[in-house]
Amino acid sequence: MHIHAYEKIWLAFAIVLILLLLGSVTYGAVGPGVAMVADSEGQIDATALDEDERFAEPRVEQVGENHYAAYVVAYQFGFEPDPIVVPANSRVTLHVTSRDVIHGFEVVGTNANTMVVPGEVSEITVEVGEPQEYGLLCNEYCGAGHHAMEGKLHVVPREEFESSDGGESA
Amino acid sequence: MSDALEADQTFYDKFPAESRVVRSSLLGAFLALTLGAIFGIIQTLHRTGIFRGLIASTDYYTLLTAHGVFLALSFTTFFLAGLFTWAVVRSLDRPLVNIKITWTWYALMAGGMTMTGITILAGLVDAVDMSADVLFTFYAPLQAHPLFYTGLAVFIVGTWLAGADWFRTWLAWREENPNERIPLQTFMVLTTMIMWYIASSAVAASVLIFLLPWSLGLIESVNPTLTRTLFWFFGHPVVYFWLMPAYLLWYTVLPSIAGGRLFSDPLARVVFVLFVLLSTPVGIHHQYLDPGIAEGFKFISMTNTMFLLLPSLLTAFTVVASVEYGARQRGGTGVFGWLRSLPWRDPAFTGMMLAGLMFAAGGFSGMVNAGMNVNYMIHNTIWVPGHFHLTVGTAVALTFMAATYWLWPQITNKPIYSSQIGLFQVVLWFIGMALMSNAMHAQGLLGVPRRTAEPEYSGFDYPVAFGGFEELNVQIAIGGTLLFLSTVLFIGNLVLTMGNPRVSGIAETLRPALSGPDDAPEVLDDLRIWSGIAVVLVVLAYALPLAAIINDGGLFGPGVGTYPVWIDAAAGAIADVTVSAAWSLVDALALLGSRLLDAAVAGVIA
Repeated sequence: MHIHAYEKIWLAFAIVLILLLLGSVTYGAVGPGVAMVADSEGQIDATALDEDERFAEPRVEQVGENHYAAYVVAYQFGFEPDPIVVPANSRVTLHVTSRDVIHGFEVVGTNANTMVVPGEVSEITVEVGEPQEYGLLCNEYCGAGHHAMEGKLHVVPREEFESSDGGESA
Repeated sequence: MSDALEADQTFYDKFPAESRVVRSSLLGAFLALTLGAIFGIIQTLHRTGIFRGLIASTDYYTLLTAHGVFLALSFTTFFLAGLFTWAVVRSLDRPLVNIKITWTWYALMAGGMTMTGITILAGLVDAVDMSADVLFTFYAPLQAHPLFYTGLAVFIVGTWLAGADWFRTWLAWREENPNERIPLQTFMVLTTMIMWYIASSAVAASVLIFLLPWSLGLIESVNPTLTRTLFWFFGHPVVYFWLMPAYLLWYTVLPSIAGGRLFSDPLARVVFVLFVLLSTPVGIHHQYLDPGIAEGFKFISMTNTMFLLLPSLLTAFTVVASVEYGARQRGGTGVFGWLRSLPWRDPAFTGMMLAGLMFAAGGFSGMVNAGMNVNYMIHNTIWVPGHFHLTVGTAVALTFMAATYWLWPQITNKPIYSSQIGLFQVVLWFIGMALMSNAMHAQGLLGVPRRTAEPEYSGFDYPVAFGGFEELNVQIAIGGTLLFLSTVLFIGNLVLTMGNPRVSGIAETLRPALSGPDDAPEVLDDLRIWSGIAVVLVVLAYALPLAAIINDGGLFGPGVGTYPVWIDAAAGAIADVTVSAAWSLVDALALLGSRLLDAAVAGVIA
């Protein structure tokens, strides 16, 4: 089959571009350590979250030195707890599940973003910096009140976090 | 092939019966386009907060569902059906095997889409207990009325029958022309349909095994990750199902309009074969942020996705090279000077070129979507609709409209009412989309979500970059309004064209490629091999993820409720009828069986 010389150059360029793109993602995974939401957590009965010790009382708790876990339930049309309160300059693992339909969980202006599927638990770990108030929104259509589904993520100074009893009553 | 004849006879002259099919299909597409555009302008103005007086925010999602289903499924597929019928008949230079079968698939597609469309729009009428506000992705456990799923299934069966019709016509041609290469246009149609059969099998399974029985109350729940994965098994190749007809036009019609010829027929075949192989095993890239799917499967899907860039990059080369050849044939010179020698006053040419340019931009934003870690930043933000309004909304839709200016006279013998309006229309689309899509991408980077009636929130403001949220809203609204006006001009021009008298002497010739099919290895035409490899790749990409999803969550989900978006009194009634009908069928069969047994026993005794 005859392939024109220019065509061969273009083909080579295209393959190099593809390899570069794959390389950049691979670097992101092994270098800065960007992990994907995955099937790390088992399934859960979405109709019986009340009986699950993680999600019966959605909350933030300390799980390690400067490492916190947030258990969040998304529902038509809101998030629990709201606000989610975490201490500044810490590492936070978010466990998010849904009580009803598919939702999204997005911390506005950041790359903390995941689908929330009933029956599954989404796990993402983020580094939080200085105290700040972030908006939280659902970015997957979830019913007629979808546009009203919002919440807050408060990053507060450590002292304030500790005095507020792990965020539950914040 | 048929070039000499074609020069004095249009498609309409040679194949009047097939012309009717092509016309009816295109008119079906344009009806969907009109409805989709009306919902589009209402949404644009509502979402951006410019005008919210027409609908309630809760009804926004009904219109959004209609916009998606009518444009992404109905407009594209009906246009494809017309175009492919034209391409098969023209390039094989023979009529369809049996026009009754052709009208049957047309009726199935039209009937199915009408059913689905009515179910969606009934959501606007409170008096009717029926709706399907589930958007065109219909993710469970949001549930639509059973008629919504039934209509979709009937529509898909219609497309399968259409593919069979084109395959049969090709087989008949092969009997009459042994040892000839498959003509390029037919090759493109057949490979696209192979991809479609593979891809749509999953959504058909999802609808028939899970969603429809569930909406009828026959099964209690579904596994949302499973039905979602089956949707995206279909949902990514479907974008190539939209795009392949546009490629067919860029490869086989655009070079001739430019006054040139296609650069390379063999490479065009390679591109279509690559699409058959790579379009389907990539759907999981829509689920990068899904829990319940392991990271490794996402990485495999991403790798396939990146290699899927190859056929599109090759297309960019071939199309530009073919157009440049045309310009030089017309006397163009210089490194870029040849651009001046192209027929820019022809709306068909300019429309397709602008569509191609937009596709390049859409390709770049697509590369961002495809990178799984960057995807965190833009997943489910309005960046994503910004991206696909460049691809399906311009590369495909604008190519279809532009091609209509060229094709319509060939299938009707009626010249276009006004080329000037046509030229203005395609440029207007380009400007409108440039504004709207650019602002959507920018808002996406601020974190503004897609698919929402009111993207402004009470508890927080968006960060400011590339212009603030409000400013970008105005750009979106202006862009959307220009797009609506462009659609009105297109439809108006076409309606006036339909009033023109038929004339003769408007036949156009499509010239064969510079490097013809004989330069291509024979194996490229062996559709069995490519179908086989495509199926193997799909099995490799999907067997393990699907097994894991079913193993983890079960076929019917790990405990998930049902969230009908319609009043379920009607569902109960329909389920009762269906169940009792099923039981009476069982009774009847049992009775028949016992009678037969009696008769057989009687026979033995006698």
